[in-house]
Amino acid sequence: MSEPLRTLLAVFAPLSLLTIGGGQSVVADIQRQVVDVHHWMTAREFVDLFAISRMTPGPGSLLATLIGWHVAGFWGAIVATIGIFAPTAFLIFGLAHIWRRYSGARWQRVLETGLRPVAAGMILASVYVLIRTLDGGWLAQLLAIASTAVLMTTRVNPFVVVLAGMGIFISLHAVGLV
Amino acid sequence: MLDASSNRISSPQLFLIFSRIGLTSFGGGLSGWLLREFVHSRKWLTEEEFFSGLAISQAMPGINVTNMAIWIGYRLRGNSGAIASFLGIIVLPGMLMVLVGTLFASLQGFDITHIALDGAAAAAVGLSLSLGLTAARRVPRKVIPMAIMVATFVAIGVLHWPLMWVVLVSVFVSIALAHLTTA
Repeated sequence: MSEPLRTLLAVFAPLSLLTIGGGQSVVADIQRQVVDVHHWMTAREFVDLFAISRMTPGPGSLLATLIGWHVAGFWGAIVATIGIFAPTAFLIFGLAHIWRRYSGARWQRVLETGLRPVAAGMILASVYVLIRTLDGGWLAQLLAIASTAVLMTTRVNPFVVVLAGMGIFISLHAVGLV
Repeated sequence: MLDASSNRISSPQLFLIFSRIGLTSFGGGLSGWLLREFVHSRKWLTEEEFFSGLAISQAMPGINVTNMAIWIGYRLRGNSGAIASFLGIIVLPGMLMVLVGTLFASLQGFDITHIALDGAAAAAVGLSLSLGLTAARRVPRKVIPMAIMVATFVAIGVLHWPLMWVVLVSVFVSIALAHLTTA
């Protein structure tokens, strides 16, 4: 394995194990390593790659794939992707296996009961932060609430709701509101 | 044991479903998509199974949505299901991301790109919020679980305390209390 590929793996594999609560928790450290430590790109280029990872559908942590591609082309993309996803993939795979094997055991019910309120609090906290930082001001927040109401009360495909959100914002832009 | 319903699901089918979600989920909120797809629309998993996996995905390190893909795939189709679901959520979306990266300079020039994505992001909050509300609805209506949920929310969302410590402490306290009260 060539030098940049080894370094990509050495950057992303340890970060994989620090992604508690989701991929967003390590973005700041990815930036530090990619820009300040290894000088693979400028801060400006990093911001662009981050913006691309936000605008593309799919897991935001594919940011690692994009960085790998930028640093070392095709194999860089493959190695960075393996680095950020594989270590924790094996971890959760092992847990899924154990969970099924000991299905219904008391310790499992204890863990599920104990984790439930923490998981709910974490999801609501990240949504709360998300709503407060939405681009587009109170109209965006109103749209978020309306979208929640539609999704909670109907069986509409989420893609339709997201497309409607795009359409509404483009229309609002056309009349000068956003 | 695999569920009876899972006999109908093949690994290639899981790959395609996860690819489709990975390629259409503009604005984020992927776990909300998964709840809708696998629990509410197709009824391949119960809410109970889904939220157990989600709670573990959140408490453990790892990207939530790839962890959930592995959890759901394994639940429905064992080893090959886990691999197919994992590859589904990253391979084609990863290729799309590289493609968007090469077009970025031209896409970025248009205001309309940013406006459309802001709208998509606002609408996609609905997926995350409905996931959060469904999760909250499943928390037992008792003082201790409710207090832990609110404390976790306030510590992370309002006070912005470091996530890792909040999770470690609240998971420890919550599991210890569950240990004392579970028969």
